Amino acid sequence: MFNKTVKELSLGLAQGEFSSVELTQHYLDRIKEKDSAINSFITVTEENALNEAKAADKSRAEGKASDWTGIPFAHKDIFCTEGVKTTCGSKMLDNFIAPYDATIVSNFKTAGAVCLGKTNMDEFAMGSSNETSYFGKVINPWSDKEQLVPGGSSGGSAAAVAARLTPIATATDTGGSIRQPASLCGLTGLKPTYGRVSRYGMIAFASSLDQAGPMARTAEDAAMMLNLMAGHDAKDSTSIIKDVPDYTANLNNTIDGLRIGLPKEFFNEHLSPELQSILQDSIKQLESQGATFKEISLPHSHLSVPAYYVIAPAECSANLSRFDGVRYGYRCEDPKDLMDLYQRSRTEGFGDEVKRRILIGAYALSAGYYDAYYNKAQQVRRLIKNDFVSAFEDIDVILSPTSPSPAFGFDSKGDDPVKMYLEDIFTISTNLAGLPGMSLPAGLINGLPIGMQLIGNYFEESKLLNVAHRFQTATDWHTLAPKNI
Amino acid sequence: MSIGPDDINQIAHLARLKIDENDIPKLSDDLGNILSLVDQLQAVNTDDIIPMAHPMDAVQILRKDEVTETDNREKYQKVAPNTEDGLYLVPKVIE
Repeated sequence: MFNKTVKELSLGLAQGEFSSVELTQHYLDRIKEKDSAINSFITVTEENALNEAKAADKSRAEGKASDWTGIPFAHKDIFCTEGVKTTCGSKMLDNFIAPYDATIVSNFKTAGAVCLGKTNMDEFAMGSSNETSYFGKVINPWSDKEQLVPGGSSGGSAAAVAARLTPIATATDTGGSIRQPASLCGLTGLKPTYGRVSRYGMIAFASSLDQAGPMARTAEDAAMMLNLMAGHDAKDSTSIIKDVPDYTANLNNTIDGLRIGLPKEFFNEHLSPELQSILQDSIKQLESQGATFKEISLPHSHLSVPAYYVIAPAECSANLSRFDGVRYGYRCEDPKDLMDLYQRSRTEGFGDEVKRRILIGAYALSAGYYDAYYNKAQQVRRLIKNDFVSAFEDIDVILSPTSPSPAFGFDSKGDDPVKMYLEDIFTISTNLAGLPGMSLPAGLINGLPIGMQLIGNYFEESKLLNVAHRFQTATDWHTLAPKNI
Repeated sequence: MSIGPDDINQIAHLARLKIDENDIPKLSDDLGNILSLVDQLQAVNTDDIIPMAHPMDAVQILRKDEVTETDNREKYQKVAPNTEDGLYLVPKVIE
């Protein structure tokens, strides 16, 4: 049962093969049995889940079921869930019971889906290895002899889906946090166009870059999820007023004649021969379906990581100033005065990487540096966007690597933060430009999955999902599962 | 690009963080490395480029001036570390 996709589970429920209570119990049992070795969940909401499953079975009996009624899933612990602990992977929010639901949390509830719990993540979504979580590291279920990272920051969502502890999970992506863990765990993940999905109730990291999206095994499931998640929300002023298409409608469209661009800056001499060969095979596969390829140039792409490491920390330092030990979250013991209350609550409540980014951001925004750093980075950001805009004049989709390598060992990047930052070198420019990007399994390197990235023009998620689905119809990389599940 | 102990203490103060004296050398290196990475930006000519705040250059939409939120004070204060009579309690600010 645990190898079924949402599409298949939905059919099974509709045909009465199993009830939602049985299905939910099946996943809860798997979590109990297997998650102690993976640590992909911070909170398992067993009682809530079984109540939601009972309610789903009841609606079905009354003839009121939708595709999602009774389907179990998990939320990344960055989304506020009313009455349920919402930690964002931080000690700062270890005691935080959210008083309201994020918009996408309401969307899943309204559709009748069953939330199994909240998944682990890098603290405040800052990390590419899930090592910065206050609740301990997440182990990639593909690990064999050596323990490997699942990627981050949505590492818990990715590990839980890869280990078949949930069929799908929600995730968020600020610089690659959906696509890089999808690549490292053999999954299909999509970061939508900025403004496509509401950020209301999603704990903010870098507000001009953050976007929520699906973590699934197939493009078809990702499309079903995006149908639930996308849309304008009056509670998020950055969300865009634009009709939401049915993302499952065009999955099977032909890709004959589709023009795909290959950025020469990403296919460079630093790419490993193994990854080169996997990407070439994927290109050949899509060519055999009629897609055409041409080299394109994104001349400012080498500036993505530098621009990101000004913009993201600057916005994070502003966003995280709300954690003051006064209104919610962690408060230090016996503060002697107000300054001591602020300083010690923040110093004791935040982990090292979060503090490092707050400091960088505070520096970049401080008097005398704002123009040299933040303003400059926002100007470079427009140059990066303009590169994509010109590229999309002649092509429909871009294909590139997602991550430079498959899953790596813990602590393998040493203690130089810059090394870890380069993990997101292929994904960050998409966030800066606000474009949709996805990662899907493309092959194995030393027995470990690795993804390829597809980048689309604004609001062309359907086209990405179409290409991904056609690829998955002809290949079986997305069906591979870790050995010990 | 280096960032000395005085700079670190100054930005830590701005960010309301306390930095342990022993952590300053390592932090100084880390921040210096990040700033060196970031300094690649300075080489780019960005004359006349308008800084980009939103990918679609969207502007704030104003809603009608109507009451949409109800009073949720009790609910929201349940998660506060310390409250009394509907107020948030902090150490004494004015003597």
